[in-house]
Amino acid sequence: MQIHISATDGIPIYLQIVNQVKYLVAAGRLKAGDELLPIRVLAEQLIVNPNTVARAYRELEGAGLVEKRRTAGTYVSDQGSPLARRERVRILTERIDALLAEARQMDITVDDVVKLVQQRDTALQTSRNQE
Amino acid sequence: MPDPFPSSAPPIVEIHRVTRQFGNKTALDDLSLAVPRGGVFGLIGGNGAGKTTLIKHVLGMLRAQTGSVRVFGLDPVENPVGTLGRIGYLSEDRDLPNWMRVGELMRYTQAFFPTWDAAYAEELRQAFDLDDNARVKTLSRGQRARAGLLVALAHRPELLVLDEPSSGLDPVVRRDILGAIIRTIADEGRTVLFSSHLLDEVERVADRVAIIHQGRILLTAPMDEIKDSHRRMTLRFGESLDRAPALVGTISCMGRGTEWTYVCSGESEQLRQAAQAMGATVVDDAALSLDEIFVSRIQG
Repeated sequence: MQIHISATDGIPIYLQIVNQVKYLVAAGRLKAGDELLPIRVLAEQLIVNPNTVARAYRELEGAGLVEKRRTAGTYVSDQGSPLARRERVRILTERIDALLAEARQMDITVDDVVKLVQQRDTALQTSRNQE
Repeated sequence: MPDPFPSSAPPIVEIHRVTRQFGNKTALDDLSLAVPRGGVFGLIGGNGAGKTTLIKHVLGMLRAQTGSVRVFGLDPVENPVGTLGRIGYLSEDRDLPNWMRVGELMRYTQAFFPTWDAAYAEELRQAFDLDDNARVKTLSRGQRARAGLLVALAHRPELLVLDEPSSGLDPVVRRDILGAIIRTIADEGRTVLFSSHLLDEVERVADRVAIIHQGRILLTAPMDEIKDSHRRMTLRFGESLDRAPALVGTISCMGRGTEWTYVCSGESEQLRQAAQAMGATVVDDAALSLDEIFVSRIQG
């Protein structure tokens, strides 16, 4: 569970934890049933206030991404839920927005961007098949 | 600024209308502050703002000239035994008896504190890589800070007071100190009061913050509230302006022509509506780091 906190960019620390756990889950690096680090352990590792970690875990629980089990501990929920899919789409949307903004600045049309995406997909598939 | 306590428990430190003069210089100016029990309280301010003077009042090293100071409900000057025995303190200059060896320092300090936990002290000594036989005066600056931290922590104080604990230390020692703060309050009900001008550290570890400036408290609130209530908003106006129109809750403002950037306190939605009412469009709206909030408050 790799999380990196920066206190210089203004984003509240609990939100940085929430976003990064969401990202790890959406990217498949945290899987359903995986246990999140206990609050105290993560707080000491990141050097942040334990209440901040607790708040992040509460938000994640509220969003259905993780669940508390009776035996204490917080675990990643089953990601087959529509909510998990929505979260994955949201993360991709952010990246696409950034890509489109950059393309516009470089004077490259949306059609060309789409073509480029398809080309890259073909290229990646070919290299994967050769492995 | 009204600031209701999160719990009904009485505050662990209560400073009421304290003024302190050194000659004709006013170090504390009719200052009131309450530190609630539990959690980490960060005291932030520039050099000479009054942080150390305030802490010396909490420790009973200075007597209030006017007003009152209560720690655990007691006057620390009248009741040093009842207060100091429950406080762990690390001073900014980390004054320790130079002629002692580390082991002697531990046994010496133990004698003052009935609650001294010898096993915990030994655990800390090993974790901090401190040599029992090394003389205090031969310790590096970082090891000296670690030794000071050890004797402040080993009696498991209810209140840990750290005055600029990180100043002049390398990142590894800073991490030890901040880690100790986190572990201390992870123990239910303990309180840490620390002063710092390294605001990224304060933002990481403090639950609650007070900004002190020229001997007065400018702002005290839970960290979440401070973060939620400060925004940096850039507005674009229909025409070029010589000066920025006033926006509700503005702390500071800079810019030129049609684009002006405001640092303001208030809810994001409220501010957007106020901007719209002025016929401006919001082109950027971002949260601020504690550092930026501090600077705008001090300069605003």
